Amino acid sequence: MLDYALTKEQLLIIEVADRIGREYIKPFVRQWDEEEKVDPRPLKALAQADFFGIAIPKEYGGLGFGTMENCLAIETLSKYCPGVAITFAASALGAYPIILAGNKEQKARYLPELAAGKKLGAFALTEPQAGSDAAAIKTTARKDGDYYVLNGMKQWITNGGIADYYVVIALTDPKKGPRGASAFVVHKNDPGFSVGKKEKKMGLRTSATTELFFSDCRIPKDRLLGREGMGFIIAIKTLDLARPGVAAQAVGLAQGVMEIALKHCRRRVQFGQSIYNFQAVSHTFAEMAMRLEAARALVYSVARFIDAGAKNISGPSAMSKCFASDTAMWIAERAVQMMGGFGYMRDFLAEKYMRDAKCIQIYEGTNEIQKNIIARELAKLYPADEEE
Amino acid sequence: MHIMCCLKPVPKPGTIKVDPQTHTLKREGSELELNPYDRYALELALSLAEDTKGTVTAVSMGPPNAKPILIEAYACGADRVVLLSDRAFAGADTLATSYVLARAATKLGPFDLIICGKVSIDGETAQVGPEIAAWLGWPSVIWVKEARVTNKTLELVRLTDSHLERLKAKLPLVITTENEINDPRPPSLKRLLTTLEKDPVEILTAQDLQAEPQRIGLSGSPTQVLDVFHPEYQSEQKFLSGPVEKLVDELVSVLKERGLIS
Repeated sequence: MLDYALTKEQLLIIEVADRIGREYIKPFVRQWDEEEKVDPRPLKALAQADFFGIAIPKEYGGLGFGTMENCLAIETLSKYCPGVAITFAASALGAYPIILAGNKEQKARYLPELAAGKKLGAFALTEPQAGSDAAAIKTTARKDGDYYVLNGMKQWITNGGIADYYVVIALTDPKKGPRGASAFVVHKNDPGFSVGKKEKKMGLRTSATTELFFSDCRIPKDRLLGREGMGFIIAIKTLDLARPGVAAQAVGLAQGVMEIALKHCRRRVQFGQSIYNFQAVSHTFAEMAMRLEAARALVYSVARFIDAGAKNISGPSAMSKCFASDTAMWIAERAVQMMGGFGYMRDFLAEKYMRDAKCIQIYEGTNEIQKNIIARELAKLYPADEEE
Repeated sequence: MHIMCCLKPVPKPGTIKVDPQTHTLKREGSELELNPYDRYALELALSLAEDTKGTVTAVSMGPPNAKPILIEAYACGADRVVLLSDRAFAGADTLATSYVLARAATKLGPFDLIICGKVSIDGETAQVGPEIAAWLGWPSVIWVKEARVTNKTLELVRLTDSHLERLKAKLPLVITTENEINDPRPPSLKRLLTTLEKDPVEILTAQDLQAEPQRIGLSGSPTQVLDVFHPEYQSEQKFLSGPVEKLVDELVSVLKERGLIS
């Protein structure tokens, strides 16, 4: 209903993303979800359409756009399938650390291939004992002459097994804890690197999530991003930048499931009339539309805030992710309810969106962790010792 | 290899208007889209050009509102996109259309290959491709499923109603492509963004093509459409009731009465 005064370029991104959604995703999405299949066709189409280069600087073969444009692409794709959208977005998550901390040679080596979609990226931080407590990671990277030798494992890594490049956070100085962490680029064919089992998930089943193993994985020392000890800062900055994208995924998901349910309820006749005529139904949609637009407005504001060059983005970025994903979960659940039995049946897609939505409240930092971040930023603004 | 790919603007289903005088489809003022079959032709043209480091020139004949179709072809990777647009082209049948496209091939070429879609969803004649070949004096192969270039010849697989044919053809050649033979690529954002700054579509008129006036538009069209109408289907339902033996006899006599069985 609202017009966000988008630029011509932004409208083009939406138009092409929508077309990719309609033609390369929508007809197959039910089957992919049932088969838990990552299909290469929409990824190929996204590569041909230059989407992987949206947020990569022009000098490295990208389109040089910002967070807002990346969000619009993810939102539009998520309307059709949040799983395909996250496969796309996770590649950008692998590119961000290189953009943020890579030197010229590293950028020239990796970014053009990632921008062209010829290679897929991934970002690996989480470990079995280090989820919300990311500082508890155990994977180590020991310096050995001109090499680093990685040992340990990563868990629940999006694009595991299908990515070509993995940005891995590992401890170069385990004694220092998080301040001893560093970021490395690991190639899929590196010796000692292997991909573990593909997880069986509740939702986002059109995307790949796996374990990664490092067993004396030897990589040249020029794979280190930034300096030793910067790994955690790089990881936090990467996640701050990427969270509005996940928030946009939630907005697109909510839009998609609301449209499915709305179309159904306008046509579904009970008691001699469209069920949309009943206030219990129409008011639910009014509530969905309100909350969805509030989430979208927040996500766009945060994206534009970041693109305007804001420095302290942790709080707003966390707000967008938490609010949009909670909204998406609520809307998806209500959409299933409004569709009744049709919502529950796997012949229709509403239930898939509901399963997909749950993950967005959990990954990229649980919503509880997002609230910790927001509360921490809030405390900085209102110090306890400040005089009245 | 230099390829010309012919793209037809067709009215979006549901927006079709017919000219009451000429009984031809009014393309001006109605919403146009790329004939869906032509997307496979364009994809084949683009991939053959990539394999041979060649070029693709996408050509359409149509009113000015057909431009977005050519912008789309440009965004998909066509090197040159040309709209053949002139009031004098209006009301063309397949012969007059193929004449104009053949003139364009001569003017914009030389080309090694011309690719058209199998058929258009509005006219449904499938004549334009082979007719272009006839005007140019080239051979043509229709219903092509696969095409590969080897040593300046084209290896083709042609799909017929009953079997597949493997053919080798010398260039130059005109082919028409079968439906759903490849995955047509989406438009590239990079190329699409450049069209915001610069319109890539070249427009050529009858004069530019040095087309003979008696061969174009209505005057160049031996096919005159007498009438266009929506077919009306009539159906009726009849329920028979009673014991089965009686019903069977009754049904047989009704079917006989209508000449459906003897």
